[in-house]
Amino acid sequence: MLNFKRMKNLLLVFLIFLMSNSLFSQTLDAILAKESVENSTDVSGTFNGTRIMNGQSIETRQKGVLEFLIQHRFGRINSGGYELYGLDESNIRFGLEYAVTDDFAIALGRSSFEKVYDGYLKYRLLKQKTGNKSVPLSVTLFASGTEKTLKDYDPAKKPSFSDRLVYTSQVLIARKFNSNFSLQISPTYMHYNTASSSLNPNDIYAVGFGTKIKISKHISINGEYYYSVNSFKSMETENSIALGIGIETGGHIFQLIFTNSRAMIEKGFIAETQGDFFNGDIHFGFNISRDFYLDKAKETEKLY
Amino acid sequence: MSSQLFSQERYLTKEGYISFFSHSLVEDIKADNYQVLSVIDKKTGEIAIQLLMKSFMFEKALMQEHFNQSYVESYKYPKATFKGYILNLKELDVQNGTVEIKGILSLHGKEKKISTIANIQILKDQINLSGHFMVEVADFDIKIPIVVRNNIAKTIKITFDLKHKPYK
Repeated sequence: MLNFKRMKNLLLVFLIFLMSNSLFSQTLDAILAKESVENSTDVSGTFNGTRIMNGQSIETRQKGVLEFLIQHRFGRINSGGYELYGLDESNIRFGLEYAVTDDFAIALGRSSFEKVYDGYLKYRLLKQKTGNKSVPLSVTLFASGTEKTLKDYDPAKKPSFSDRLVYTSQVLIARKFNSNFSLQISPTYMHYNTASSSLNPNDIYAVGFGTKIKISKHISINGEYYYSVNSFKSMETENSIALGIGIETGGHIFQLIFTNSRAMIEKGFIAETQGDFFNGDIHFGFNISRDFYLDKAKETEKLY
Repeated sequence: MSSQLFSQERYLTKEGYISFFSHSLVEDIKADNYQVLSVIDKKTGEIAIQLLMKSFMFEKALMQEHFNQSYVESYKYPKATFKGYILNLKELDVQNGTVEIKGILSLHGKEKKISTIANIQILKDQINLSGHFMVEVADFDIKIPIVVRNNIAKTIKITFDLKHKPYK
């Protein structure tokens, strides 16, 4: 009887102990830890700008932003002191890219080299996300058309508008692995309405590889390589290589580039690159981008 | 048994609101966070708040990008927390009143004591806390580049509005 009473007491003490234990174990911290669900958020800044170097990145601008892009490529560095190591020669591309929505952009550009007009559409199909519904990759679709207007033809055989059209389509697939490292793979298909020689294919297949390695808050090292699966036969072509740095300040992005490609549009640098990078056929150049917020036109003087 | 008994004392929100506002001669910058987690122990007056830095929404995507990448370094310090006490919560016998909140704000790897007066509203199954306080950017070791120093205020106004429901 006495034993039973003692046991009862013991049980009671044990119960109280259990109760108090559960009471104090569930601190506010524990509640926070239990209740914190990381909502999925888009991964931003996979690349600094809409270009990795020569080629397109998966990025588009925020809705209502008009990006003004000025691109420059000088002549070849190995052209000697007389040409001031390529600086005497320069070709330029001006471009305007407008973000119709956060995921869709339209653009127009004009290159001085071969007097080419280009227009393109860019659509962000999939965005990399972190959190409870994470998405591992970003995918952007790119489609462009270019028209060469240089009068380098026999006046008697003037080509029609459609004769000189070249189409490019790309599926840009990228992942930002961490805040310092991003990688992109860009399968590419191009179609020339008219092959420049009977030896040349109308369709060109290529795949691009691009990367961004951040070395400080505002500076990154970017690299890009385009491998052509098939190429022109009428001339010797090389795969496009570009190395450089990207500097980001406020609403500007500034990229310094060393590349064996002269052109700044896809069909030019992917299919028509002739410089041998390792032989010193390197063009120095830069991309400068400036964003204008058309929704808030008065605020363009400000930092953002 | 115990959890049922004491759960009445805990109040929680997962959709609390915290914003910050920076005023300078050049521009005003505001960011809103609607995913603030906050929990109150009514019995002890304890309060714990937690938010993700990257959940602050800015007007311009580029601002948000710079905020996360360069200023608060969200990838290194993803969360900001506040842990403290609502003083004299127990003695408060009115539905609406003001209370003093004291505690420690942790942000960007730095801690700072905060003391502020907040409005409180105690309803049948809700505790609302709202108010604002100021913090110094420099206290949290956040480095602002010289070129944009005029664009970002040295003192930032933090506004909060937290509507807690009983936690079950």
